[in-house]
Amino acid sequence: METIGKSIIRKEALDKVTGTAKYTSDHLSLPMLHAKMVISPYAHANITHIDLSEAWKIPGVRAILAGEKFPLTGEEIRDRPPIAYDKVRYCGEVVAVIVADSPAIAKRASSLIKVNYEPLPVVNSPNQAYENNAPVVHENIDSYERIKNVYPEVNTNIANRTKIRKGDMELGWQRTEIVVEADFSFSPSDHAAMETRCVIAEIREDETVVITSSSQSPFMIKKLLHVYFHIDIGKIVVNVPLVGGAYGGKASVQLELIAYLASKAVHGRKVKILNSREEDLITSPVHIGLDATIKLGCSRDGVLQAAEILYLFDGGAYSDKAVDISRAGAVDCTGPYRINNIQCDALCMYTNHPYAAPFRGFGHSEVMFVFERTMDMLAKKLKMDPIELRLINAIKPGDTTPTQLAVNKSNVGNVSECILKLKKIMNWDEGSIKQVSNTKVRSKGICCTWKNSTIDPDASSGVTLTFNPDGSINIISGVVEIGTGTKSVLAQMLAEKLKMDVRQIYVQMEVNTKSTPDHWKTVSSRGSFMAGRALLNAADDIIRQLKDLTACILRCSKVDLEVGLGKVYLKDTPDIFLNIKDICYGYMYPNGNAIGGQIIGRGTYIQRRVTYLDPETGAGNPGPEWTVAAQGIELEFDLLDYTYNVIRAATVVDVGKVLNEKTALGQIIGGMSMGISFAGRETFQFDQAGRILNPQLRTYRPLRYGEHPKYEVEFVETPVIDGPYGARSAGEHGLIGMPAALANSLSAAAEVDLNQLPLIPELIWKTKEGAVDDSL
Amino acid sequence: MSLSEGMKHQFYLNVNQEERSVVISPSDILLSVLREQLGLTGSKPGCYNGDCGACTIDINGTPIKSCLMLAIEAIDKNITTIEGLKDTPIQKSFVEHFAFQCGYCTPGFIMNCNALIQKHPNASDEVIEEWLESNICRCTGYKEIEEAVKSVLHSNK
Amino acid sequence: MIPFNFEYYKPSSIHEAVQLFQRLDTEEKQPIYYSGGTEIISLARINILYTKAIIDIKSIPECNVLHLEKDQLVLGACLPLTEIEESNFYPLLTKTIQEIADRTARNKITIGGNICGQIFYREAILPFLISNSQVVIAGIHGIKTMPIQQVFHQHLHLKKGEFLVQMITEKADLHLPFISIKKRQQWDTGYPLITVTAAKKPSSSFIENSSNQSLTNYERIQIAFSGLNPFPYRSEEIERDLNQQHLSLEQKVDLATSHLPEPILDDFEGSAQYRKFVMKNTLQHVLSTLEVQ
Repeated sequence: METIGKSIIRKEALDKVTGTAKYTSDHLSLPMLHAKMVISPYAHANITHIDLSEAWKIPGVRAILAGEKFPLTGEEIRDRPPIAYDKVRYCGEVVAVIVADSPAIAKRASSLIKVNYEPLPVVNSPNQAYENNAPVVHENIDSYERIKNVYPEVNTNIANRTKIRKGDMELGWQRTEIVVEADFSFSPSDHAAMETRCVIAEIREDETVVITSSSQSPFMIKKLLHVYFHIDIGKIVVNVPLVGGAYGGKASVQLELIAYLASKAVHGRKVKILNSREEDLITSPVHIGLDATIKLGCSRDGVLQAAEILYLFDGGAYSDKAVDISRAGAVDCTGPYRINNIQCDALCMYTNHPYAAPFRGFGHSEVMFVFERTMDMLAKKLKMDPIELRLINAIKPGDTTPTQLAVNKSNVGNVSECILKLKKIMNWDEGSIKQVSNTKVRSKGICCTWKNSTIDPDASSGVTLTFNPDGSINIISGVVEIGTGTKSVLAQMLAEKLKMDVRQIYVQMEVNTKSTPDHWKTVSSRGSFMAGRALLNAADDIIRQLKDLTACILRCSKVDLEVGLGKVYLKDTPDIFLNIKDICYGYMYPNGNAIGGQIIGRGTYIQRRVTYLDPETGAGNPGPEWTVAAQGIELEFDLLDYTYNVIRAATVVDVGKVLNEKTALGQIIGGMSMGISFAGRETFQFDQAGRILNPQLRTYRPLRYGEHPKYEVEFVETPVIDGPYGARSAGEHGLIGMPAALANSLSAAAEVDLNQLPLIPELIWKTKEGAVDDSL
Repeated sequence: MSLSEGMKHQFYLNVNQEERSVVISPSDILLSVLREQLGLTGSKPGCYNGDCGACTIDINGTPIKSCLMLAIEAIDKNITTIEGLKDTPIQKSFVEHFAFQCGYCTPGFIMNCNALIQKHPNASDEVIEEWLESNICRCTGYKEIEEAVKSVLHSNK
Repeated sequence: MIPFNFEYYKPSSIHEAVQLFQRLDTEEKQPIYYSGGTEIISLARINILYTKAIIDIKSIPECNVLHLEKDQLVLGACLPLTEIEESNFYPLLTKTIQEIADRTARNKITIGGNICGQIFYREAILPFLISNSQVVIAGIHGIKTMPIQQVFHQHLHLKKGEFLVQMITEKADLHLPFISIKKRQQWDTGYPLITVTAAKKPSSSFIENSSNQSLTNYERIQIAFSGLNPFPYRSEEIERDLNQQHLSLEQKVDLATSHLPEPILDDFEGSAQYRKFVMKNTLQHVLSTLEVQ
């Protein structure tokens, strides 16, 4: 391979180090108005009165949106007013929007809006939401419009229940000799992308709606604006420039709806809305929380026999993507093991918390934390090495998944090899725990992970290729450049395919839904796979056209021709050729006659043979392929004060094929960093009334420089047969196992089961020392 | 000097070695003026609260969070933004070491690193850490940033 | 972004500043003195602070003094924290303020701003509380210099129109054996669970026993806290506990922890019970470290 695998520098690199890279909020324009939101300080309350009179007195206020009933929104269940009406259901919910001449005027006016609330009882956790006598967050869930495969349960807080019923539980428990049961919980947290969400909306005279947004889902914005507001879909144009970090959080369509309504309120004038950091953390959708109960059993030889699991996902006040996240949690409800008897209920619960967006890993880091922590508890009870237990049970070709799909080498990769490599990296044979001083121990913890992608069965991607007159090529793809470097990897794939210099390939970074072929959403690590397949099809398309034309000009059969190095040449006589630059815009004979015309490549890809899940058993083909990994953490733990330092973090992941080494490493390491941060420190702190106490980056604290461990990453390459160059998805997989690995390592060090997140010293202290000690 | 409320005043700011005319109110934040009046959008808003470092610029050789400074405080000072850096070793090093992904925190990081390199060409690990913990990067695990800044510092040795 | 406008003044003398304040106050402009301004900007943004006029005191020469005189260190209120750190005349102060916010922010945060801030940690005051320090305050009636113990109780007690000009510390106190610890949950920057600064100061007292009186020299621990309560303070009672010569280290710490002023902060940084636990560990660390110094 010439180009694939090499660490080619991303195409937009220079723009990003010189400050010329443009993100949504960098678009400035004089006639633009600015919107500012008023958000609820209550988690659950009736809105009894809104007084706008003082706000209207501020010169420069052009519109105020409040107390108006707009169409309900939501991807699976239409349960969410874009601006609260009558009631607020989470702290941070939008109550009013002001449109004004400048951000400062809008802000000033927003502080003058007076809203009266009548507080209601608060549902402050999924466990509480699940109780029989819990307050109901949505009284009339049955009245909401919804898609086909979602099952809200009337008069409860259950937005959806996904059932996994595999094998024979009775038999499973009969064969079980060792069993562990445990409860887990963690609160919602956030993506905290450095670029806060921003949208610019305008409605032109011909009713064309133009949206510019920091989004992972330009095509979904287009579709949903049509569905929610009945705008002709052809009259919606969505632009997405570079996006400053997303991690799933910008896949949800939320701020776009508000920007559209705001523009509509000022007769279509251009309106910009930029989330403050506080709004970006709590008003826009967040990272899901979870309460879980699990019972896991094995026979004395360590073979897993039965798993019974209840996942209560904290969907928050509105269901939106949370239903789908809970479904994904059900699909891969265990670790990557052969387990013949599984019963799992994954519920999407309504609570009075901010609602959930996808988060890197899409339910998997959450579920793996529960399952892989339980695996360690089981290993301990069994007195078996946790690595050994995992090796015994690792899923292999021919085994079936929780959704009863028989896996093969191509779609599941090689878990065992990941485990064995990790064992070596972690120096596991030297022991997993070591006292290093009177007060400190060094401890290691590991886990396994897997993730399939449960995006829509008919999700698709398209790519267009156009030539420049010098034979260089432009790639036009609907993948959003959110930082993953996917579009540059597409250029690498094309360079490989056409045997070209990658510098001769240009990439259109921005997406415009009118001129860019649809790419479902830039999520679920599907960019390289789906757009890659579409791109290779588009390349085949131009190769075919080039050969057709050349065959005519060189008077030969097209099967004798080869494309590469900027030429179309005879395979057996390469010195007979045409330069691509001389034919890509048509070929002209010496007398002026021309044939051919410009060559445009097109390619598409649609997911293959993915099915919906059976509503009673969950059986079905949930997605294209799994990426499996084994991950570990080594840390130093202080036995006196329960603080710790993560010394190193390791990942062995089966990526099928490394397309760009440093880009792949960056994705894995970046994911690990985010996972360590989520597991070790990030959470929203809710008070009794469901109010969020830490909506700023000085109190919500992502990992900073110097707090990072040493990272060690190794790749396994078991190709996925239908992937581009054999590559699997890899964008999320560094993150997924970090919570479990950290918790396993700390639980071993502290000699206590740590089944909550985040793993701050106070949690360890509390778990360790149990009840409140007043003697201090 | 005194400026009255609600009035806009014309001033000159020395930005990237150019005299730039701005019309500002006393309460205008430097970050907003750089972006909205001068079109220097390389400095990024991430929190307007001094927490994230994405808006870091250089004032007289010192990194400053431009969201924590009034524009009028910057009069008579030498302001350098990311747009004022051309072909510096740290920019090249960031590219070569893959020290960014989404790129949003990058201008702030580079401005801080650049000032660090000028002030402490032989900075120890502790000093690097003390300086760089002022900025948040959410994409990388800081490994590549560490490599990028150290490669420039070590080439000084 | 600040959602309101204000007038901006940048006086070049103390006299001009206090005059301005008086005039603006008469005009009901709710004037405030502005030094680094980081807290003013961030609180104004979220409508916690409001003013119609700010008086930027950074051009007043006295507020920018940084020098070690014959027997005292003088620090102007408008010195950025990092400038004080770099000069490092008072290592305990350096160590303490190095943990405030982050370095880039400390290029703007000034010592006067931190001491007079609304955000209640105000850790820059701790080293002054446990040394012989004086505070220079300017007001409409002129300049006064007062021992810190007289004017700092939880916060600096300034009368309307007064502002902090300088902090003065006895040279003899600048290089005492010290320790300064900031404890956070699991991160290296930001607000503390608790911050403790302590120094060991030579002292003497008469010890009486049955036969005679003797003057005994010993080293007295002086200690101040932030984060335990919503204000920084130095506690005589805790100092007495920790200086009980006849007690073991553990006994001293137990005694001191029983005298922590209630209620202990219970917030998103940590529960009150956990803070007590951390406090106890930290005090043990402080004592054992100072013992060997």
